[in-house]
Amino acid sequence: MLTAIVLLPTAVAALLLCVPRGAPRTLFLTAWASTTAVELILTVIVWAGYRTDGGMQYETRARWIPSAGISYHVGVDGLSLPLVALTCVLFLACALYAWRDTRRVREFAALFLFLQTTCLGLFVALDLILFFVFFDLSIVAMYFVIAGWGHKNAARSALKFFLYTFIGSLALLLGFIGLYLAADPHTFDIVDLTTANPLAGHATYGALVLLAIGVGLAVKTPTVPFHTWLPPAHTDAPAAGSAILAGVLLKMGTYGFLRIALPVLPGAWREYALVFVVVGVVSVLYGALVALAQTDFKRMIAYTSVNHMGYIVLAIGAAGAVGANQEEARRLAVTGSVFQMVSHGLLTGALFLLSGVLYERGRTYEMSAYSGVAGRAPVFAALTGVAAFASLGLPGFSGFIAEFQILAGSLGPEPVATGLAVLGILLTAGLFLRALQQMLLGPLRLPVAAPGTDRPFPDLRLHEGLAVVPLLVLGVVLGLAPRFVLDVVEPASRTVLELLGR
Amino acid sequence: MSALLWALVALPLTVGTLLAVAGRPADRYAPALAVGTAVAAFGLAVAVAFGHPRVEAPLLEGLPAGLAVDGLSGLMVVTVTAVTAAVLLFGVADIGPGEARARFFGLMLLFGGAMLTTVTATTLPVLLMAWEVMGATSWALIGYWWRDPARGDAATTAFLTTRAADLGLYLAAGAALASGQGGSLADLPDAADPWQAVITAGVIVAALGKSAQLPFSFWLSRAMQGPSPVSALLHSATMVVAGAYLLLRLEPLLARSGWGGPVVAWTGAVTAVLLGLVAVAQTDLKQLLAASTCAQIGFMVLAAGTGAVTGGTLQLIAHAAAKSLAFLVAGAWLTALGTKALPALRGAARRHRTAGITFSVAALTLAGVPPLSLWAAKDVLLAGALEDSAALYVVGLTGAVISAVYSVKALWFVWQPAPGADRREEPPPYATRLPLVLLAVACLALTVTSFPPVRDAVERVLGGEAAARPGPHAWEFALSGALALAASALVWIRGPHLRALTVQTQWLHLETAAHVLLVRPVTRLADALAAFDDRVLDRAVDGAARGSVRLARWTDAQVERLVDGAAEGVASGARALGRLARRPQTGQLHQYLAQAVAAFTVLAVVLVLVR
Repeated sequence: MLTAIVLLPTAVAALLLCVPRGAPRTLFLTAWASTTAVELILTVIVWAGYRTDGGMQYETRARWIPSAGISYHVGVDGLSLPLVALTCVLFLACALYAWRDTRRVREFAALFLFLQTTCLGLFVALDLILFFVFFDLSIVAMYFVIAGWGHKNAARSALKFFLYTFIGSLALLLGFIGLYLAADPHTFDIVDLTTANPLAGHATYGALVLLAIGVGLAVKTPTVPFHTWLPPAHTDAPAAGSAILAGVLLKMGTYGFLRIALPVLPGAWREYALVFVVVGVVSVLYGALVALAQTDFKRMIAYTSVNHMGYIVLAIGAAGAVGANQEEARRLAVTGSVFQMVSHGLLTGALFLLSGVLYERGRTYEMSAYSGVAGRAPVFAALTGVAAFASLGLPGFSGFIAEFQILAGSLGPEPVATGLAVLGILLTAGLFLRALQQMLLGPLRLPVAAPGTDRPFPDLRLHEGLAVVPLLVLGVVLGLAPRFVLDVVEPASRTVLELLGR
Repeated sequence: MSALLWALVALPLTVGTLLAVAGRPADRYAPALAVGTAVAAFGLAVAVAFGHPRVEAPLLEGLPAGLAVDGLSGLMVVTVTAVTAAVLLFGVADIGPGEARARFFGLMLLFGGAMLTTVTATTLPVLLMAWEVMGATSWALIGYWWRDPARGDAATTAFLTTRAADLGLYLAAGAALASGQGGSLADLPDAADPWQAVITAGVIVAALGKSAQLPFSFWLSRAMQGPSPVSALLHSATMVVAGAYLLLRLEPLLARSGWGGPVVAWTGAVTAVLLGLVAVAQTDLKQLLAASTCAQIGFMVLAAGTGAVTGGTLQLIAHAAAKSLAFLVAGAWLTALGTKALPALRGAARRHRTAGITFSVAALTLAGVPPLSLWAAKDVLLAGALEDSAALYVVGLTGAVISAVYSVKALWFVWQPAPGADRREEPPPYATRLPLVLLAVACLALTVTSFPPVRDAVERVLGGEAAARPGPHAWEFALSGALALAASALVWIRGPHLRALTVQTQWLHLETAAHVLLVRPVTRLADALAAFDDRVLDRAVDGAARGSVRLARWTDAQVERLVDGAAEGVASGARALGRLARRPQTGQLHQYLAQAVAAFTVLAVVLVLVR
C-alpha cells in the first residue's frame, strides 16, 4: 500500500513525459491534479486503517543490497502518518494552484509528481540509505523547480540551495555510515538500529555521529546559522515550489531528528540536548527578529519559517532533559513538535501560495509597494489576514495548539530557554500585523504596473481559492478539534521518549 | 443542562464566524440575526446561571478543555450577554445599512462569545484560547474602518500590547504543567514553589495587560478609534474586565502567594488615582471615558488584591452597565453631531431628553453619587481594603473622589447651553433609545445588590472565603457619598477649568515610553540582525563557495602543474633514455663486435673481482 502511494506519482510522471509536448495543457494539469487527489484518498484509507496505538504499521521489507545491510523497508507510525497526509494535501493544493500555468506545463507537472514521490518516500522510509536517497532526490527535484520556473536570480538561488543542502546531506551520510559501522551485525535498518542502540557506551563515537547527523538535518530544517540558503531560495522560487519547500521539505530535517537522532542515539542526545535547546531558542528569536526587519513579503515569511522550525528544535531539545521529573511536560513538547510540523506546513503553504497571488498581480513582493489591497481584493485580503493570524499562533488555528504544547511542555524541563522563546510569539505577531497593516489596510495604492500588467489587481480566482481555502480550513479544524491527529501522534511521542530514556 | 452551556458559547461564536465569513452578501440579515443571537444567548446565560452546569472534553494530553458555570461565572455570563444584547441593539442604528454590517455584527458576536468562553473556562488552555481570540477580534473591531491608517495603527497597538501581557499566561500554563498540577484553574493555588510564583506573576501580568492597568494603560486610549458600539462593549463587559475577572477568579492564588495580593491591590489603587487624573485632563469625551475605564477597573483589581471578591464583582457589574451606557450615548452624539470633543459638545444633552438624562445617570453613577450603584459597590470593596491597610483605603477613596471630578466635568460640558441656536432634530430611533433606558435603569437598580439582604445572597452565590468578609459600616457609605457629592458640586459650580499637565493629557507618556524603551530597540536590533544575516552569515557562506572555486583554480594552476609536470618528466626521461639506447645500434658489424668485446671484458673483470 505504502509502496503504491510512494511510486504512483513517479509512474504518472513517466507517463506524462511520454505524451508529446503539444498535447493540450489541461491534459497534463488534469492528470497531475487527479493523481494528487488519488494520493490523498489513498492516504485517507491508510489513516482509516491505522490503529492509533499499534506502533509501526503497513510495513514492507524487501531485500535490496543485502551485502551492505540495505533493504527496502517502509512503514508508518504516528510520527510519519501526519506528515504523509500533510504532503498529499499540500501537493494537491499546489496542483490546483498551478491550474492556469502556461510555462512548460508537462515538465512542471512531471517534476512535481516526482517530488511528491521523494517526499512521501522519505517519510515512510525505515532504512537509512533509502532515507538518504529520497533526501537527495528531493533536493535534485527542487533544484529544477527553482531553476526552471523561478524568477529574478533563480539560477543562482537554486544552485545555492542545491549545494548547501547537498553538503548537509553528505554530513548526514557520514553519520549514517558511522551508525552502520557501529552496529553489529552491520545494518542500515532504522528499526534494527533503534532496537540495537549501537552507540550506547561509546560517548565520543556517539557524539561525532550525532554531530554529523545533527549538522546534516540542521541544514535542512534550517536552524541558525545554517539557514541562509532559505531566503533566496524562497524569494526566487515559484509559489508552488515555495509552498512545498517550506511545507514539506523543511520537515524532513525535523522529522529526521525524531525518527533517527533521538531513538538511535539516545545517550548522545541526552548528553547534548542543551545544544539543541540553545539552537532552537536562537532560531526562534533570530528568525523572528530578522523577519521583522524584512521589507519583502515572501522573504519575511521565509524567515518566519526559521522561527517556527526553531520551536520544534527547542521542543525536541527539551525532550532530552531526561530525569527532570517532567515526563508529562516532555511528552507534550514532543507531541507539539510533530503537530507544529503539520501546522506549519498547512499555514506557511497557504501564505506562500497567497504571496504567489500577490506577485502574479503586482510583480513585486515589496510590501511598501502595496496599500489598501483589501479594497480591491477583499477575498484575497481576508484570506491573507486569516493566514497571518493563524501563523502568528492565534487560538482557533492549528498553530496555537502546536506552539502552546511546545511552550507549555518545554517550560518545565528548560525554563530559561522557554521563557525567552515565548517572546517569539510576540515578535511574530508584530511582524505579521505590520505586514497586514502595510499591504491590506489604508488607502488604495498598487505598484506601478510593469509593461503588460496594467490591470487592477483582480481578486482571488477560483482555482487559487480552491488551493488556499482548504489549507486554512484544515488549520481551523486542527485548531479546534485536534484530537484526531493527537490520538495518532501521542502514542508515537510516548515511544520516542521511552527510547530516549534507555 | 450541559448542552445549554455548550450552546451558550457555541451560539455566538458560530453565528459570528458565519456572519464574518459570509461578508457583504449577508449585510441585510446581519443585524436581526445578531441581535436575535445575543438575546438567545442572554436567555441561555440566565438558564445556566441557575443550573451551574459543568462540561469537559479532551483537548491536549493531560490538559482537557473544561467549561463550567459557578457563582462568579454565572453573574459574569448574565452581565456579558445583557450588555452585548443592548450594545448590538444600539449598533443596528449606529452602523448604518451602507456599512459592512455582516463583518461588524459577526465580529461583535465573536468578541462576546470569546468573553463568554473566557469567563466559563475552567482550564488554562481554554482560557488562553478565548483570551487571545478576544484580543484578535478587538484588533479587527478597532480597525473596522480599515481605510484610515490611524485606526489600523491603533488596532495593532492594542493587540500587540495585550499580547505582550498574554505571554504571562503562556508561562503560567507551562509552569502549571511543570508543577504537576495540570491546567485546572481551581488547582493553581496548590502548585509548589517556585512554579507557583511563575504562575502568579504570569497571571498578574496577563490580567493587568488585558485590563489596561498601569503600565499597559495606553492601548485603551488608542482603542477609541473603533466604532462607538465597539468601545461600549470593549470597555464594559468584555476585554478590559476579563483581566479583572481573572484576578477575582484566581483570588485564592493571589492570597496563597503572599505577595501577589498586595502587588495587585496597589497596582489597582494607583491606576485608579493616576488614570483618574488622566481622565480629568481629557478634552475628548471618548478619551475621558477610556481613562475612566482604566481607573474604575483599578477598583476591581484592588478588590481582587484584597480578597474583596464580592465588592469587586458588584463593581464590575455596575460599571459594565454605566460605562456601556456612557459610550453608547457618546457614540450617538458622535453620529449626530460629528464630534466627540467636549467643548464642541456643549448643549448636547439638551437636544434629546433620553440621551441627555441617560448619560447623566451614567456619569453620576461613575461619579459614585448616591443612590446610584457604583457608590455602594465601591464601598463594599473599599471595606475589604480597609481591613488590609488604611493607606490602601485612603488611596482608593481618593480615586473615588477623582472619579467624581471627571464625570461631572463631562456632565458640565454637555449640559451647558449650546453656543449656537438650539437645532432640534428628529429624536433617535427606538432601537437606540431602548437599550439606553434599560441600561440607565440597571445603573439605579443595581444599588440594591450592595446592601443586605441581596448582598448576602450575592456572597452566598460567590461562595468561598468572600462570604466571610464583613460589609462596610454605615459611616463608610456616608463618607464616600458625601465626598462624591461635594466634589461633584464643586466641579459643577466652579466649572471644570482645571489646568492640565501634559503628562496627564498624554496618558502619562506611557505609549512614548513603550516606543522608546521597547519598540525602537527591538526594531533596531532586528535591523542590525538582518544586516548581520546578509553581510556576515550569508557572505560567509558565499565566501566559502567562492573560496572553494578559488581553491579549485589554485589546484588547477599549481598542484595540477606539479602532478602533470611529474608525469611529463617521467615521459620525457623515458624518451631520453630511449634515445640513448638507440645510439649503439649503428648497423655496422665491426662496431657491434667491438661492443661485444668490451662487454665481455667488463663481465670477465666483474667475475674475477666477485670471485
